[in-house]
Amino acid sequence: MRTSARRRGVAAAAAMAVSAVGLAACSGGSGGAAEATCTNEIKQPDATQVTVWAWYPSFETVVDHFNETHTDLQVCWTNAGQGADEYNKFQTAIEAGTGAPDVIMLEAEVLPTFTILESLVDLSEYGAAELEDDYTAGSWSDVSNGDAVYAIPVDGGPMGMLYRADIFEEYDVEVPTTWDEFAKAAQDLRDAGFEGHITDFPTNGAAFNYALFAQNGWEPFQYDAEQPTEVGINVDSPEAEEVLSYWKGLIDDDLVATEDAFTTDYNAALVDGTYAVYLAAAWGPGYLQGLSEADADAEWRAAPLPQWDPENPVQVNWGGSTFAVTTQSEQPEAAATVAKELFNTDEAWKLGVEEAALWPQWKPMLESDWFTGLEAPFFGGQKINEEVFLDAANGYEGFSFSPFQVYAYDQQTQALFDMVENDTDAGTALSTVQDGLVRYATEQGFTVTE
Amino acid sequence: MSGSKSAVRAGTAQPTSKIASRRQRWGYVYVAPFAVVFAVFLVLPLGYALWMSLHNKGIATAGRNVFVGADNYVKAFTDPVFLEGLWRVVRFVLVMVPVQIVVALVAALLLDTLATRLSRVSRLLIFVPYAIPAVIGALMWGFLYSPRFGPAQDVFGLVGLTAPNFLSSANIFGSLVNIVTWQWVGYYMIIIYAALRSIDPSIYEAAVLDGAGRRQIALRIKVPMISSSMVMIVVFALIGTLQFFTEPQVLRSSAQGAIPSDYTPNMYAFATAFNYSQFNYASTLAFALGFLVFVGSYVFLFLTRKQSGLK
Repeated sequence: MRTSARRRGVAAAAAMAVSAVGLAACSGGSGGAAEATCTNEIKQPDATQVTVWAWYPSFETVVDHFNETHTDLQVCWTNAGQGADEYNKFQTAIEAGTGAPDVIMLEAEVLPTFTILESLVDLSEYGAAELEDDYTAGSWSDVSNGDAVYAIPVDGGPMGMLYRADIFEEYDVEVPTTWDEFAKAAQDLRDAGFEGHITDFPTNGAAFNYALFAQNGWEPFQYDAEQPTEVGINVDSPEAEEVLSYWKGLIDDDLVATEDAFTTDYNAALVDGTYAVYLAAAWGPGYLQGLSEADADAEWRAAPLPQWDPENPVQVNWGGSTFAVTTQSEQPEAAATVAKELFNTDEAWKLGVEEAALWPQWKPMLESDWFTGLEAPFFGGQKINEEVFLDAANGYEGFSFSPFQVYAYDQQTQALFDMVENDTDAGTALSTVQDGLVRYATEQGFTVTE
Repeated sequence: MSGSKSAVRAGTAQPTSKIASRRQRWGYVYVAPFAVVFAVFLVLPLGYALWMSLHNKGIATAGRNVFVGADNYVKAFTDPVFLEGLWRVVRFVLVMVPVQIVVALVAALLLDTLATRLSRVSRLLIFVPYAIPAVIGALMWGFLYSPRFGPAQDVFGLVGLTAPNFLSSANIFGSLVNIVTWQWVGYYMIIIYAALRSIDPSIYEAAVLDGAGRRQIALRIKVPMISSSMVMIVVFALIGTLQFFTEPQVLRSSAQGAIPSDYTPNMYAFATAFNYSQFNYASTLAFALGFLVFVGSYVFLFLTRKQSGLK
């Protein structure tokens, strides 16, 4: 009996040991940044390693380029998911107080969301302010707040209009340059027998819809990181209502589709001739070329975004990303260097442009002859950078986002969907968003000015 | 306890209490691996979530948790978004649970009566969807529902009709019921089928001698005899539906307007935590939902205590 009890005891102890090993294995992943495993190969094992989260396509080539050209610093890169997926992980790491990388790729629109959580380092301490002249004015305005610099701009999304020249030609319709002409072209295409829609107005367009409103002078938020508990909310302004009523009119006449963006259906419709126009950011051409089931006869061309007032053209931006340094980083200086230098050479940017179709905010590349002179085979050799997107990039003056941007987008998606589905008017949709955001911001402890 | 009894019966020379306590000590060692995992991955997180739900931290007052007592719970139970989500999952329960149970029961009764090779194949085919991970199943249905890629337009086109948009806000409820039913009916069917197989066939013979028809045997004998299994699967379905999350969350990628981020209470808690960084309120929502699921299951088990044999 004794023996058997002891033997059983040994078995139990062994079982416990096994489970303890299991637990240890589970907790191994949450170690410090330095222990992280990298997707890329480290070229200089003795150098300081800086962890980076980013989801650029073909980013490994850029990381390799950095690691080959730096002896004292090495980038350890992980793709932690695209957009919201990465932000979810970052939010969790912030709440947990551990687990964030040294450097993180963030879209400019979510910078206030994270600066208010005190999770981003002010890079002006590490010489970032001197770089201002290297970047476009709009992109610098998006990453800075007074003297503080919360991120280094990487790529942007100046907007233009990509259109099917073959469709416009077939139905003998002029390519529009103003929104009035755009509405007329939509009707003309329909009258001439075009069965598709001139374009799509996705109710879940979020930043896309923001850009369209902003073109008419919409400034929904006033937010200053110096006074983090104050926020101005003015979503339901006449400027936004004018734009949204315009689109609602086109939707009511069935001249514009209302398909959700970034679904498989939407992707197919973009390239199979359902839409004659794709209102796009500078990364749009790269996106289009990556889609399958394209119409073989398609002749794509690019033109500037239609204007409300052709005398005073306004340029807008949709998307674009930055590198920020997290406050969890134990080596902020090294991290700041990585953020500044990942994309500050012609070689790195050539990789970014050619492999990932990024639009540089770094002026030496943006203004280089090589970049402006690029001919796009997809657009029949048109120099789309020079003809369309450069003006848009240089004309962009920046935009102020809210410190609760994901919530604001979700509210807008819901209100626009209800507007289309239940046939309410633009003013109602915008005031629903306005009221929802004011209530939310107040609940969160902000002092709200309208 | 049983250990000390058997020790007494064995009649060893040593004082029983000493042996008993030593053997009980070993008992704890056996339980330890489970207890440790249970504590670390369930009890501790639950305790932490409870603590979080009693504190608050606004975005604008970052970094400081303030004790607020039951304030978050008051907010949750008066939050129209949460209540609307609850009402929605209650409607799902009212529709989805009966549909699943009836389909599973009919399939199991049919398969129980048939003893051909066809029945074995059918049993497998009905069960297969359950073997597909829920996320994959929902993604697949997302494609089937797609107006452009789905087969619906072709099928309806054959008889000259236009296919409905399965992803519109009017139809999304039925589309989701369909996915969940497709996924879970096989599982419930297997449970019912197993219960049916365990009934002594001589009971049927007796029933036939008494002049019972096939339908009477099915409804008057088989169904009452498997009522405890039925109660169990209803509880499973009830809990699963109140916690509805995976299918709408996956389908949301192709129908963001029809499925808002706060469609069900669980989705609302997820979005609140990970998209809006309000972990405290999200914990409250999760706890409030857990409490309601507990109450709902308890009430159901109480009402069916006779059928389930709990009484």
